Amino acid sequence: MSTIKILTGNYAVAWGVKLSRVKVIAAYPITPQTTIVEKIAEFVENGEMDAKYLMVESEHSAMAATIGASATGVRAFTATSSQGLLYMHEMVWWASAARLPIVMAVVMRALAPPWSIWNEHTDLMDQRDTGWLITLAENNQEVLDSIIMSYRISEHEDVLLPSIVGLDAFILSHTLEPVEIPGQDLIDEFLPPRPPKPFTLNPENPITHGGIVTPEYYMEFRYLIEKGMENARRLIVEVAKEYKNITGRWHGDLVDEYKCSDAKILIIVAGATAGTCKEAVDVLREKGFNVGVLRLRYIRPFPSSIVRERVSSVKSVVIIDRSYSFGGGGIIGADVASSIYGSNGGPLIHDYIAGLGGRDIGVREVERIVEETVRAMESGEKGIKTLWFDLKREVLE
Amino acid sequence: MVRSEKRGVRIMPLRVMDLDKEEYVLPGNPSCPGCPASLGLRMLGKVLGPKTVLVIPASCSSIIQGVYPKSSIKLPLLNIAFAAAASTAAGIAAGFEAQGKSDINVVVWAGDGGTVDIGVQAISGAAERGDNIIYVCYDNEAYMNTGIQRSGATPFGAWTTTTWTGKKRWKKDMPSIVVAHKVPYVATASIGYIMDFAEKLRKASKYKGFKYIHLLAPCPVGWRFPPNKTIHIGRLAVRTGLWPLYEVEQGVFKLSPICMPLLKKENRIPVIEYLKLQGRFKHLREEDVRRIQEEVDELWDNIRRKLEDARC
Ligand SMILES: Cc1ncc(C[n+]2csc(CCOP(=O)(O)OP(=O)(O)O)c2C)c(N)n1
Ligand code: SF4
Ligand SMILES: [Mg+2]
Repeated sequence: MSTIKILTGNYAVAWGVKLSRVKVIAAYPITPQTTIVEKIAEFVENGEMDAKYLMVESEHSAMAATIGASATGVRAFTATSSQGLLYMHEMVWWASAARLPIVMAVVMRALAPPWSIWNEHTDLMDQRDTGWLITLAENNQEVLDSIIMSYRISEHEDVLLPSIVGLDAFILSHTLEPVEIPGQDLIDEFLPPRPPKPFTLNPENPITHGGIVTPEYYMEFRYLIEKGMENARRLIVEVAKEYKNITGRWHGDLVDEYKCSDAKILIIVAGATAGTCKEAVDVLREKGFNVGVLRLRYIRPFPSSIVRERVSSVKSVVIIDRSYSFGGGGIIGADVASSIYGSNGGPLIHDYIAGLGGRDIGVREVERIVEETVRAMESGEKGIKTLWFDLKREVLE
Repeated sequence: MVRSEKRGVRIMPLRVMDLDKEEYVLPGNPSCPGCPASLGLRMLGKVLGPKTVLVIPASCSSIIQGVYPKSSIKLPLLNIAFAAAASTAAGIAAGFEAQGKSDINVVVWAGDGGTVDIGVQAISGAAERGDNIIYVCYDNEAYMNTGIQRSGATPFGAWTTTTWTGKKRWKKDMPSIVVAHKVPYVATASIGYIMDFAEKLRKASKYKGFKYIHLLAPCPVGWRFPPNKTIHIGRLAVRTGLWPLYEVEQGVFKLSPICMPLLKKENRIPVIEYLKLQGRFKHLREEDVRRIQEEVDELWDNIRRKLEDARC
């Protein structure tokens, strides 16, 4: 039986974790994430959750312990924010490259100095290259639902990558909203215990995890992460549909669209600000502006093809970027621009991923890269394409 | 034959024939000749057996395990970031506990840099929480993996590639730092007395909570001595009194039997006999050697006082 409670975004996270029957939590407090860890501690202490809670001494250790727990095959969770997330950064990479289906809530908060505890997305955006699936919620209901869906997606054998659920500091984390809490039986069916395989630490099958890999193989390991990301695109859609079937709720899949079908102006935005944008669209439409909102529900994997499609049918695009890359511009802005590259001409771009993990790039390789690109150009190829150079196909099969 | 007492676990002494016949560190691994780390790890497998999971942070042991797709280690092994070994092991222990698997030893095998320097925060956290792991620091007294740079465990006077004229500060007393966390078991050991190390490992595995063994691991490459002298140097470190072997079991300090005679100064070999065999100390002046000898004598005065206090 589902019930409705009035919850902050942080409590919605805690309820999502509880419903997902997480077995190990390791976390360290930071404003404004604190009430997540407090609520989970309460759930564990009063026996409502059957889980181990490691109150670690830092965020670096929080992610390390979460990695350790996840490596034994159990469902593991952590949550952080801002400075804590950056302190954890080394281990954030470790989790994804070790292919562990961890879920982490990130309460998005500005970075110091100067000290600020208020909202922006730069802390989260700083993780965008780490190989985590990254979703940003618009409201507290979506926060809860995204935690549960994230485990399903991350644990799928075609993905095996961790997920971040981002929620805006205070705007969601500390704001009360009615949230429907699905019945445990419903979620148990939707999210069975984590599949026991693969890569778990097991004395019956002693494997070495994460040892040294020479330039001969390293790049293939990285390519497999990219493949997991690509597969996640499909799973995000499938899982969102399935979740809708059991709960009746739809938050979107890779994107969430509001009045886009006839829009001439498109607002592209992520996170809670999308709710405000939707309100604004209604006001603006009354004033005669044909506006729609394309909310990026996921920023990794980036919904490039949907963005390209939607953008090509409008006259102008407004991007509201709550983050920045000094010297590089808005982060979502750059991703949107590269997604639509080529729809209005411009030279063919081949973006080669090459030389990872020390694999040689010699003159011969550069010659081949250029020749290949020229051939593609001559055969009429356009736009931008990412190519992984010289992968060992025989290893990947 | 385990009989629990109010303080400490008493076990029949371990004999070579009691050790697991299986090899968990395979021959042909890429450690240097005379490597103390591979020797210690080999013993660890033989004492703790197959129900053991290893956590290894960046160190020589990241190399010793070999290069993908091969591995020289026949135990489940999770490589982890330099600073993260203790907390990762804590997570593994929690993960097994959550699954009701209570018979697996979760063991950190870390260098001195990964322990006394960058890893100290995570160790302190795990020790204070009482996470159920065995933490072994194999102490080769420098960052060997990266080319013999000084660590907090490098002793006074030692040459390293970042202390060209000898280290000016003393070695950090890590075992005492761990003792201060009131954990059930802390011990020091030396590669020179491998069965003593084995005994202490076995004892550690009988306790629940955070267990710590600090294993002195003379490294021929970094200490500048011939590779056939690893054991000899490991013994001299003990018999000069520089590296006392002891246990702190449930807060009670116990000098290891090998070290009992060393309470008398005349039974201790002068430190010069240890220092002169190692290239890393060859620049030491007489007064440096004297300072080191004085430091050792003071250390033993303290040990004697500690034992007397315990008795009365
Ligand atoms: C965060 C981080 N900083 C630095 C390094 C580089 N590094 C790798 S191993 C190592 C030294 C290891 O020394 P120790 O722990 O004593 O082990 P040993 O190599 O002596 O066995 C260093 C500095 C690293 N891997 N990670
Ligand atoms: S440098 Fe020393 S500790 Fe490292 S592998 Fe060589 S002998 Fe072993
Ligand atoms: Mg070392």
